[in-house]
Amino acid sequence: MADFVSDFWSYYVAILTVASIIGCAVLLKMMTTRKLAPEEKVDTTGHVWDEDLSEWNNPLPNWWRWMFYITIVFALAYLLLYPGLGTFKGNFGWSSKGQYDEEVNAADQKYGPIFNKFLQQDLKAVAADPEAREMGQRLFLTYCSQCHGSDASGARGFPSLRDEDWLYGGEPEAIKASITGGRNGIMPPQAQVLGEQGVKDMVHYVVSLSGRTHDAKAAAAAKEKFTTICAACHGPEGKGNPALGAPNLTDKVWLYGGSEATIAETIAKGRTGVMPAWKDFLGEAKVHLLSAYVYGLSKQGQK
Amino acid sequence: METQSTYNYKVVRQFAIMTVVWGIVGMLVGVLIAAQLIWPELNFETPWLTYGRLRPLHTNAVIFAFGGSALFATSYYAVQRTSHARLFSDGLAAFTFWGWQAIIVLAAITLPLGITTSKEYAELEWPIDLLITAVWVAYAVVFFGTILKRKVPHIYVANWFFGGFILTIALLHVVNSLEIPVSLWKSYSVYSGAQDAMVQWWYGHNAVGFFLTAGFLGMMYYFIPKQAGRPVYSYRLSVVHFWALIFTYMWAGPHHLHYTALPDWTQSLGMVFSLVLLAPSWGGMINGIMTLSGAWHKLRTDPILKFLVTSLSFYGMSTFEGPMMSIKTVNALSHYTDWTIGHVHSGALGWVAMVSIGSLYYLIPRLFGKTEMYSVGLITAHFWVSTIGVVLYIASMWIAGVMQGLMWRAVNADGTLTYSFAEAVKNMYPYYGIRLLGGVLFFSGMLIMAYNVWKTVSGAKAQDAAIPAPAGARA
Repeated sequence: MADFVSDFWSYYVAILTVASIIGCAVLLKMMTTRKLAPEEKVDTTGHVWDEDLSEWNNPLPNWWRWMFYITIVFALAYLLLYPGLGTFKGNFGWSSKGQYDEEVNAADQKYGPIFNKFLQQDLKAVAADPEAREMGQRLFLTYCSQCHGSDASGARGFPSLRDEDWLYGGEPEAIKASITGGRNGIMPPQAQVLGEQGVKDMVHYVVSLSGRTHDAKAAAAAKEKFTTICAACHGPEGKGNPALGAPNLTDKVWLYGGSEATIAETIAKGRTGVMPAWKDFLGEAKVHLLSAYVYGLSKQGQK
Repeated sequence: METQSTYNYKVVRQFAIMTVVWGIVGMLVGVLIAAQLIWPELNFETPWLTYGRLRPLHTNAVIFAFGGSALFATSYYAVQRTSHARLFSDGLAAFTFWGWQAIIVLAAITLPLGITTSKEYAELEWPIDLLITAVWVAYAVVFFGTILKRKVPHIYVANWFFGGFILTIALLHVVNSLEIPVSLWKSYSVYSGAQDAMVQWWYGHNAVGFFLTAGFLGMMYYFIPKQAGRPVYSYRLSVVHFWALIFTYMWAGPHHLHYTALPDWTQSLGMVFSLVLLAPSWGGMINGIMTLSGAWHKLRTDPILKFLVTSLSFYGMSTFEGPMMSIKTVNALSHYTDWTIGHVHSGALGWVAMVSIGSLYYLIPRLFGKTEMYSVGLITAHFWVSTIGVVLYIASMWIAGVMQGLMWRAVNADGTLTYSFAEAVKNMYPYYGIRLLGGVLFFSGMLIMAYNVWKTVSGAKAQDAAIPAPAGARA
């Protein structure tokens, strides 16, 4: 909290500030002269530069002087009311932290009940509630659309939430767990383990799982390694494992792209996917609503 | 002939011509990035042409290449003429010209390559920072050396402002650029966290205050009375607004960091001193505009005066807008929006560029033994094209900025945001289009200027004027 290492610096800043503001007023006062009488002509200062440059000695315009004084008075008053003079907090006791807390509290009071109402309900029931869906969509557009897209159809590295394919499970509670605590999806790099040829072979084995055309010889060569290395997460049949977030390799859904080159890159270099945890930032009520919204999206997709 | 009986116009000519060249380059980059905001594919998927790299190139080119060259040209001209003395050192003056051009070229190479300190308006890496320091020290020696050589007892007001600008920029540049090199093209700032932010915006705001304000006020104080043929309105006003301006500006930086991790007391000081700054800023505007009293009719026919006086109007407008935006409540709406971009350009195009353009139209013929530009009609055309350009630019950015601020803070009955961020972006298209049009207009004005300058200069003989005896000596 301490902005100053000692009281000395607090006084130093406070005194310098006040002296500076008052200094402006003193300068202004010093340079103020009487008003010109009607018809009175001012003289120049008598100095001439570069053949014809000279200066009138007109008095300071009155409206300008007063504008200057008003800002000076405002400055001093503001510094009495708000923090500014060293550690002095100001008579209003205002602080940006205080203002923030107040606004958050007020918002919680006002909007909290609207969200809490749904917290008591089962996720499937919330997903069926039109009002909740609208609120969920608004939250989604604010917090989720940056990665998953405004229509939740995802992007490269960010899963689509509209289909039936779920990395960590598509049941309402599983979705809620993903949002609440976040997820870290890690595919370890296998270039060292498999070797260059091994990676190429493995690509053929992997695409064979979803029934795509492939080099049968290469796929056969990789089969054993798949069983010993990859099956640990992706399962012996390559159907994935929601407990680990290991994707199903037998479908047509590719998180990072399904071209042979991309799959080779995924196998060789690995992937790291991060879904941030939202519990602390949004609170449970909003997470609840979002979970129901996302669950509802995949159900809509089914129709 | 380089003798003590003539002024050194050579370096002034060099800087004056380069002002036009860099103005065109810098504004062209500005036009390109304005277009990229509408059509992102205009970066052609090339890293060197991406917005993030070209934007600092644009700001550096217009502030330091265009504005800097204009300041060198006019300060070297004005300090000689008002001191009745040749520049202190021709060699050092030549070093400042070639050194400054080298810095600009290095900036134009390193910034698109992505070599940057990432400090706004101070992006150049440490080897270039060192070169800037060397050139700036030489500049100070030449400028203040000439002041010491002066044949008149008093120092003319334009030179107060030029001198204040030179001293302060030296201080700002050195303190903000303190960095630890880790390789030839990479360094890390010695500051961190909130302190780094504070030092950065102490520098950033004073770059506006001293580079873009005090320096150009120096320009204004020489060229307006010269072109109007009238004495400066008030010596007293000069004294008050000069000291108040250079003193108060130093405190205003924290208003760039409202509602951040910067301590509350620092934010308050930034705000109140920004408000106190209003009157000192307007002092310069009043002094310039009132210098025309008794000569208002000249505005009708003289496009150079039109440029100079319009620039003061924009100066007055932006120095009113600035203090308003520094008020925390206003800032809560305006911060991070395009309103800031509009504000900056009403200062940069309306004030800085227009006062420079007006001054150059006065200056260039005189450097080549003429009394007028090739075509006065083209100056008038330039004036209208650029004025309309500025107005379109700032009006569109005001609307865009206020709209963004309002859209970002709008909430539904349940407290959720009414608009997603992308919706606010989508709504910017028409205003970004108008802004681009404004920028293109201002840029085409510079092309008109280039043609006019070319026709004035080509075939003309570079001429150094003889130094007249000071007025007092002849009386």
